[in-house]
Amino acid sequence: MPMTPLNTKLTRDLWRMKGQVLAIVIVILCGIATFIMFMSNMDSLTITRDKFYREYVFADVFANLKRAPESIKERIAAIPGVALVETRITAGVKLAVPRFEEPVTAQIISLPDNGKPLINKVFIRKGRLPDAEKDDEVMVGDTFAEAHGFALGDRFGAVINGKWKQLTIVGVGLSPEYVLQLRPGAISPDYKRYGILWMTKSTLATAYDMKGAFNDVVLTCAPHANENDIIRQLDNILDRYGSFGSYDRNDQMSHRFLNEEFRGLENFSFIFPTIFIAVAAFLLNVVISRTVNTQREQVAVLKAFGYGNIKIGWHYFKFVLVIVLLGIAGGTALGAWLGKLLGDLYMEFYRFPYLIFRLDIKIFFAAVVISLAAALAGTIQSIRAAAKLPPAEAMRPEQPAKYRKAFFERIGLARFLSQPARIIARNLQRKPLRTLLSIIGIAFACATMISSGFFKDAVDYMVHVQFSLAQREDMKVTFIEPTSHNAVYALKGVRGIEHAEGYRSVPARLRFGHRSYKTAIEGIERGSTLQYILDENLKPIYIPPSGIVLTDYLAEYLGIGPGDMLTVEVLEGERPVRQVPVVALAKQYMGLMGYMDTAALNHLMREGNAISGVSVVVDPLYKKDIYKKLIQMPRVAGAVVIKDEIRSFYDTQAEAMLIFTFIATLMAGAITFGVVYNSARIALSERSRELSSLRVLGYTRGEISYILLGELALITLAAIPVGFLIGRVLCIYIARMAASDIFRIPVVIEPATYSLAAAVVVASAAISGLIVRHRLDHLDLIEVLKARE
Amino acid sequence: MNKTVFSVQNLTKIYDMGEVQVHALRGVDMELYEGEMVVLLGPSGSGKSTLLNILGGLDTATDGIVSYRGKELTRATDQELTEYRRYHVGFVFQFYNLIPSLTAWENVAVVTEIADHPMAPEKALAMVDLSDRKDHFPSQLSGGEQQRVAIARAISKNPEVLLCDEPTGALDFKTGILVLEALDRVNRELGTATVIITHNADIAAMADRVISLRNGIIADVNVNEKKKPPSELRW
Ligand SMILES: Nc1ncnc2c1ncn2[C@@H]1O[C@H](COP(=O)(O)OP(=O)(O)OP(=O)(O)O)[C@@H](O)[C@H]1O
Ligand SMILES: [Mg+2]
Repeated sequence: MPMTPLNTKLTRDLWRMKGQVLAIVIVILCGIATFIMFMSNMDSLTITRDKFYREYVFADVFANLKRAPESIKERIAAIPGVALVETRITAGVKLAVPRFEEPVTAQIISLPDNGKPLINKVFIRKGRLPDAEKDDEVMVGDTFAEAHGFALGDRFGAVINGKWKQLTIVGVGLSPEYVLQLRPGAISPDYKRYGILWMTKSTLATAYDMKGAFNDVVLTCAPHANENDIIRQLDNILDRYGSFGSYDRNDQMSHRFLNEEFRGLENFSFIFPTIFIAVAAFLLNVVISRTVNTQREQVAVLKAFGYGNIKIGWHYFKFVLVIVLLGIAGGTALGAWLGKLLGDLYMEFYRFPYLIFRLDIKIFFAAVVISLAAALAGTIQSIRAAAKLPPAEAMRPEQPAKYRKAFFERIGLARFLSQPARIIARNLQRKPLRTLLSIIGIAFACATMISSGFFKDAVDYMVHVQFSLAQREDMKVTFIEPTSHNAVYALKGVRGIEHAEGYRSVPARLRFGHRSYKTAIEGIERGSTLQYILDENLKPIYIPPSGIVLTDYLAEYLGIGPGDMLTVEVLEGERPVRQVPVVALAKQYMGLMGYMDTAALNHLMREGNAISGVSVVVDPLYKKDIYKKLIQMPRVAGAVVIKDEIRSFYDTQAEAMLIFTFIATLMAGAITFGVVYNSARIALSERSRELSSLRVLGYTRGEISYILLGELALITLAAIPVGFLIGRVLCIYIARMAASDIFRIPVVIEPATYSLAAAVVVASAAISGLIVRHRLDHLDLIEVLKARE
Repeated sequence: MNKTVFSVQNLTKIYDMGEVQVHALRGVDMELYEGEMVVLLGPSGSGKSTLLNILGGLDTATDGIVSYRGKELTRATDQELTEYRRYHVGFVFQFYNLIPSLTAWENVAVVTEIADHPMAPEKALAMVDLSDRKDHFPSQLSGGEQQRVAIARAISKNPEVLLCDEPTGALDFKTGILVLEALDRVNRELGTATVIITHNADIAAMADRVISLRNGIIADVNVNEKKKPPSELRW
């Protein structure tokens, strides 16, 4: 940029207004940084995932069944559109990990004896694949290995098909099938208590009596194949072999969670940057319009000397440009850094062999275009006004402001006001739009604070509702297969178990009209004191002896309501298809389920009084003994301790949540400060003349500060309640955007979150006030007397 | 009679501009007496405003002594200067410096509210003949009227001195005369010692004494044996 006089003026103006410029730069920077952070993160994770899926051949269709002969494989491979087929043996097992006396369960997946699966290949992080010759070798998932600090050669016990066995770790691996390793039905990963294990097929065939047979099949589809057709034909083939229903990637847990995460990232990369950029545009608008107004005479002189409209307009545009470019540069750097940080954080949950971090140039350009467009939208009017200013008119000072007596003075409250108070009142009223915009700007800052703090409140509330109000058991025991209700009595006899109730859980596809959803129906004992289904007001719902209660979100998804007939396609046993009336809707923040009276569910299944597991209340004193007993019970597939589940939920989510909240809070603080500080500076520059005059007349520093800071304080105080309101609306919006079948975030905002937001706003105002006060103390009293207004 | 209000000795003001030093005042000695009307004359840049600002407690001297009623302003703290301005001095400036958001009456009240023995704002406005405009905002007043509001504001606290820096500088002849008449009346009726800076040598005729500054020092002091009322001034 050549140092023409105009450019010199530009640099000096920028320098003179460095405080305000910096404040706006920071707001833009935050906007760009959040945008780039979320977008680059999503982009990187998508690329990483796609590469992993491609190179390790992630399956397209999945099915679990009871048992089918290997010969069926040919028929599956012959389905038109099927590319590769892999038959496997999978099983849930109980583990006994040395020095960890809590229930641990795992999913074992078979690997071909030659160690080369065609589908869902295993990335070997450490060691090697198990050897088919040795039936005690196992490869473990890397999260499980990390959580327990396993080294190669370490051993742990497993109950495989009821038989106790010591296994030796020979390798640590990852698979595209278990990018997220989540126990079915769990709300968050628990790396200590749930693991993925790989063993050779022949070993598992021997152990599970599956020689020449399989109980799990995965396949890939040829490009452009019709997946739905393939699923239908696969179901037809497997029906006779006790299939639990085939499904595609959308119902595959790891993939689905990953997708939900991407959806969340996409929403965030929209919501937060939008707020920041809008606020930045507003700040630019205020600053540029103010600057142009005060420089009218300079513009006039420049024009008088022959500067053209375009040159003048360009001059002011450059002012905006410099600020935006500084914001983009800083924001891109910060965003890329945060994106990488967030990516590494995600790698804790989502296990890929490595993260390919990429900042796509397209994202960068999008950020540039968005911020420039917003900045231009905010300032174009002032810039045009400056460019179009006729020199003669510009020579005249800005139209004298039209003051009126303030509203409350006109209704007779005037005598209670001192002159300085009148100045405040009339200034606020003179530019109602400016006052309003300042209030809205600060309110938005306050709202951002609330929307970042609200996550923690919401999660706390979800956990409270789910685990204190709805589920009241200490431990949930699952059986290998549906068992007679008498098992409850067996458990009740165990020392330390104070109360036990059976529950029935039936996998099913629920269908209404053309929509369907794969989930489970849970049967709850009549008069249960351990599991409550809650309505909107968190009051327990009575489950009638017939009919089904659905999670409200599921009902919404299916488009069904109380009184409608739901089609239930059971995915277990005889796989009956039945019609059940919906009787009520349940409020639930996690998962989508159907609930029935156990007897009614047994009736629907045409079975006796079977249960799938038992919920128990235990005396903490006997906890460890109970774990040990449970591991030894052959019918018990596993046990989940609710407290552990909550803790692991917090452990895994807390870190991400804290970091996210911390970043968002910092940024919200930056916005808040930017807006408040700018309002204060503008007010200062507009008022410095009259404030100096008052100083000359003998007013003290404190007294003139009162006028300016009083105005600021009024605006800030007015903005806080508005901010609470906007914050709430924003949270409702975020909650709606973030709702999925996995979670529905409740809109719960604790007083502490409101208080923190208000405190940050007040603190920003106080700091801005101090800075402005400092300036007020150094007002040049003489300068102001020399110049015409 | 002839009680001293200001006594100035060897007053020096140097603006340190880094490379160059601007000597605005180079050793001014003068006095101002009770009830006196003094006109300060001098070419542009001769240091008139600098002198007035120091007398008014708006600026500090580099060297020398200014005492107001025996108290050294040159040694006063910032807080003492604020108090001094608040209770003892009235200012009138070339560009009026009214508060745009307040009416004429309220602009005067700005001062009476914080002063010790103020007159009623109505009375101050009456002295400058603006009683009927008291509810108007500055933007609704002409330049001369605004300047008279500024004078009303300056005198409303019953100051002992009135310092006016080119009070008619922005006004035409006729309006200028009205403003000078207001100042003259205040001086006569309230006995307020008044210093008026002007470029206009003709105005000097209404003063008791005329002090001419040149290049930061006093070049000349003239005592008017017979001063003219403003209505007889012509320029
Ligand atoms: N803030 C300042 N910084 C540097 N020099 C200054 C400053 N204020 C005044 N001066 C200089 O001091 C000298 C006296 O200035 P002053 O304003 O007192 O002159 P003046 O007699 O009032 O002139 P005028 O009639 O033009 O108002 C001038 O040379 C001026 O350039
Ligand atoms: Mg001057």
